[in-house]
Amino acid sequence: MSVPAELSYTEEHEWVSISDGVATVGITTYAAEALGEIVFVEPPEAGATVAAGDTCGEIESTKSVSDVYAPVSGEVVDVNSAAVEDPEIIGTDPYGQGWLFKVELSEEPKDLLSPEKYTQLTEGEG
Amino acid sequence: MTSAGGDSANLRETALRSAHEALGATLVDFAGWLMPLRYSGEKAEHTAVREKAGLFDLSHMGEVRITGPQAADLLDYSMVGHLSKVSVGRARYTMITDADGGVLDDLIVYRLAEDDYLVVPNAANVGTVLAALQERAGGFDAVVDDRSGDTALIALQGPAAVEILAPLTDADLSEIKYYAGYRHTVAGQPVLLARTGYTGEDGFEIFIEPAAGAPAVWDALLKAGEPHGLVPAGLSARDTLRLEAGMPLYGQELSRDLTPFDAGLGRVVKFEKEGDFVGRAALERAAERSADRSGGRRLIGLAARGRRPIRTGMPLLRDGEQVGTLSSGAPSPTLGRPIAMAYVDAGLDASTGEFAVDVRGRTEPVDVVELPFYKRER
Repeated sequence: MSVPAELSYTEEHEWVSISDGVATVGITTYAAEALGEIVFVEPPEAGATVAAGDTCGEIESTKSVSDVYAPVSGEVVDVNSAAVEDPEIIGTDPYGQGWLFKVELSEEPKDLLSPEKYTQLTEGEG
Repeated sequence: MTSAGGDSANLRETALRSAHEALGATLVDFAGWLMPLRYSGEKAEHTAVREKAGLFDLSHMGEVRITGPQAADLLDYSMVGHLSKVSVGRARYTMITDADGGVLDDLIVYRLAEDDYLVVPNAANVGTVLAALQERAGGFDAVVDDRSGDTALIALQGPAAVEILAPLTDADLSEIKYYAGYRHTVAGQPVLLARTGYTGEDGFEIFIEPAAGAPAVWDALLKAGEPHGLVPAGLSARDTLRLEAGMPLYGQELSRDLTPFDAGLGRVVKFEKEGDFVGRAALERAAERSADRSGGRRLIGLAARGRRPIRTGMPLLRDGEQVGTLSSGAPSPTLGRPIAMAYVDAGLDASTGEFAVDVRGRTEPVDVVELPFYKRER
């Protein structure tokens, strides 16, 4: 399982990459493997305001539905329309082409996990 | 999250379990059996069956032999089909109901010889079918014998099936018609080789008894099929394949609370056969209701306009009012959009109104479409 060292993580198995006050959000390899083949994603809409910890979308695999959580607070400034069109890429390239949405931060992120902490978390669940 | 192999202690295993594990299958509990749900991925497996070929382990299915001078009479009395009329070497899709016409199971019956039939029930219904047949056998000179425990079943399905199987069998496959089955060898093993399936494609179902012969057949088919694009396929792909083909699944489209007429399969009920059969009077009434749509249920096909999956159990709405429930639903790999079958009242006019599915409180617009969703070109 891949946990890139340059990213931050959440207990809901999402990753966050922050650059110039904008957070890019996606799901981790662990989540993608657990979900199976992803057939549908509904990220939050661009322009929406999200608060860290809130559910803000849905992701469905062939057999199950999961909530998408906002890992940070702010305004959604972009959503990955390629992933909406072809949700499979979320599973095949979760840290790259399969990103979900971008949030312009309204406050400093809290409670994000380091790669080490996240690895511990997944090992505990696995 | 379900993890494979966690609590598999009490599950029955097929003769191919280690083959599945070697192929990296996700194994799950299905009707008390440890069965492959998927190998690489259900969508790729589904597409392989539509375009090339897939190999399924269906050893969980039941095999019940009916033998004796009155085997045919017992089946005519016990089931809705006219099974005494089936020629030796041919098969029929049929159903067994209770006295009030409720479906106990849908099954395929093969006539192996004049006085020898093979009945193939769904895994979850083997006990029910066996009990019904044994009870109904009173007064008939026939023996009901459950062979499910030591019979393996491998299905080879897809347009490349003939090409893959031909070099491995003594059978002339051009002689085996759809819904026919004969004793032959495959990979040197004695088998019942039948041209049947549950995917909407051409293909074969290969019964192997004793089941210990199954790994040789499985391995030989996988190897011979590889250059033709054959992949092992799991129960998940099997479910979307049969849904696209508009085929019912017991427990979803069929149950004790429904008659064959409700499911749109009244044609399997052969009233013209002589003598009484279990359910006849109730089914005659069901046929009348169905003919003028004065009662009972009806299955319709749905295709979503959006991408959000519509699934089993979700309410079907017309102009905002619930008019039915989805019996099966999944994203269709072949059509590229979510599809479903739904039960509505037989009298419902599905040609007018705005239809939608209630997906966890959100309404997803759907179109009512003809069944089946997919039909292969012949």
